[in-house]
Amino acid sequence: MIGMTLILKKINQLIVGLIFLYGIYIITHGHLTPGGCFAVGAVIAGAFFLLVLAYGSDILKLRKREEGSSVAESTGIFIFLVLAFTALIIVTRIFFTNYLPKGITGELISSGVIPLYNIAVGIEVAAALFNTFLALYL
Amino acid sequence: MNSLIPLFIILPLATAILIMLFGRLAKVLQKALPSAVLLFLTGLSFYFIISWDSGIYIYEIGGWGPIDNIPISIYFVLDGLSILMLCIINLVGFLSGFYAISYIKRYTGENKFYALFCLMIAGMNGVVLSGDIFNLYVYLEIAAISSYALVAFEVEKEKLEASYKYQVLGCLSSFFILLNIGLLYWYTKSLNIADISRIMEASANKNLIIFIQILFIAGFGLKAALIPFHAWLPDAHSSAPSPISAMLSGVLIKAIGIYLIIRLFFNMFDITYEIALLITVIGTLSMVIGVLLAIGQWDMKRLLAYHSISQMGYVIIGIGIGMLILAKGGNKSWAALSIAGGLFHMTNHAVFKGLLFLNAGAVEYTTGTRNLKELGGLSGSMPVTSSTSLSASMAISGIPPFNGFFSKLIIIIAAAKAQYFLLTFLAISVSIITLASFLKLQKKTFYGKLKNWNLNKIKEAPFTMCFSMIVLAILCIGLSLLIIPGIRENIMIHVVYTLINKSNYLLILSEL
Repeated sequence: MIGMTLILKKINQLIVGLIFLYGIYIITHGHLTPGGCFAVGAVIAGAFFLLVLAYGSDILKLRKREEGSSVAESTGIFIFLVLAFTALIIVTRIFFTNYLPKGITGELISSGVIPLYNIAVGIEVAAALFNTFLALYL
Repeated sequence: MNSLIPLFIILPLATAILIMLFGRLAKVLQKALPSAVLLFLTGLSFYFIISWDSGIYIYEIGGWGPIDNIPISIYFVLDGLSILMLCIINLVGFLSGFYAISYIKRYTGENKFYALFCLMIAGMNGVVLSGDIFNLYVYLEIAAISSYALVAFEVEKEKLEASYKYQVLGCLSSFFILLNIGLLYWYTKSLNIADISRIMEASANKNLIIFIQILFIAGFGLKAALIPFHAWLPDAHSSAPSPISAMLSGVLIKAIGIYLIIRLFFNMFDITYEIALLITVIGTLSMVIGVLLAIGQWDMKRLLAYHSISQMGYVIIGIGIGMLILAKGGNKSWAALSIAGGLFHMTNHAVFKGLLFLNAGAVEYTTGTRNLKELGGLSGSMPVTSSTSLSASMAISGIPPFNGFFSKLIIIIAAAKAQYFLLTFLAISVSIITLASFLKLQKKTFYGKLKNWNLNKIKEAPFTMCFSMIVLAILCIGLSLLIIPGIRENIMIHVVYTLINKSNYLLILSEL
């Protein structure tokens, strides 16, 4: 696929970074504000969609099946499972326990393992959506 | 025992992910890991069934107890029926996975096959263990969606068509089930099966509950391919690669269809005469029409698929007669016998139907066809496949001393004792027609004239395939032991009594 016009490319350059940052913002505040891992996955994947649509897959040398994104997808779930499994074997002997210190409610670093779960699911959802997009678009 | 319960979901899930991550780097890993994990889980489930003391075990995920007596967490509930199902799922899963090591070599994308296979097993284990209806739905979808992909694994025109049909009907049934879960949640404000049951006992809106029950029968009936809902099964089960056909026919339709009908209608709803009658009628229809449709088939796997419908009919009438007796307030021990017959037949069906599909796979593997008109005279060159297939055929058509005979016998005795003579007659006649159909399969495939095959080309299947078939053939005879009074009392009747005493299941609320 070839890309779109210069105007779209320029606007893209301006906004994609912001969208991506916004995704990172939601993911880190997933346990404090509405919206969490799944919404973040969609936002971050959306940033990538815009890039691919504006610049075209030829310049980015994308193939129908990208190793990187599928590995990221598996890694996301794997981190999630390892975090949950750690609780079972090391800490409390109960699957899925929140074993890190909870901190003060409302602080950025609080609520134990939940932010880590959020990040893992965010990676997984973003990579999965991007994979689907590639399979349909290219 | 308690802390081992989540392993049934964690391990297959982790295997699936590990295969996707590292399977390409180490080919050995992707082949050996699923079998090893499933062997371990099989051992674990057999340990559970031996050490089971007729209690109900609960596992609270994340250590969340109830708040104000409302069970808010996700619970795994392990009782007799769950343990029995876990044994079936993991045993047939292990043998199919081991069989697949040789069988799947011919295809590309082996790592995807194993990953989807493990996901399907994780989903089914989750369905069986889950104690609340929403998680049950999630696991059900995991199992169903991976099976859609596996049916289309060979990516040919007919396979894709079969998979598409399966997906459309599968989505319809998922829609019914999710709609029901929504209705139940709206009505009872709870998702835990035991809690819902308790709330519905207190205040019953009869019409809504009947509506929900009928939608559940439609939803799970579609997953279990009972007769008015069976259209997808023959296509899907005959198009999948053989180890997957064995899993779909041997396990999946039971775990996400029959098991859930049993679980919800015994432990969540009150048994009413009308619903029991409906279930029995559907079972009878499946039993009779399934076998009549199977007679004319010339595709080996299609024939087996139609027989699955018919044998599921046996299971359902066993359950249905038990429900009818219980609803009428009849003799509880006859009801228990009938339900035990149904569950016993379900176990047996997993073994012999799994074996028959593996046999069909072995025949297809060596000859490249499964059209009965083109096959013939293979018994000389494929002794293992031929003899194991004979034992499975005898088991499914109810010839003593194979396991199928005893389970059908129990169902027939229970039907006669409960004075459903038409059902008794039909069950016996269907068994005879099944025998006829399997004699045809045996004669056309393994006996009779050898067709013009290149004899050097036809060899026995490789070791891993033979191993799985032999183990299942031994089980076809070995499971007959479950009929011996001491063992029967200890396992089957125990399972049934914990199932039919609804108050027993409700006790888990107090244990939380």
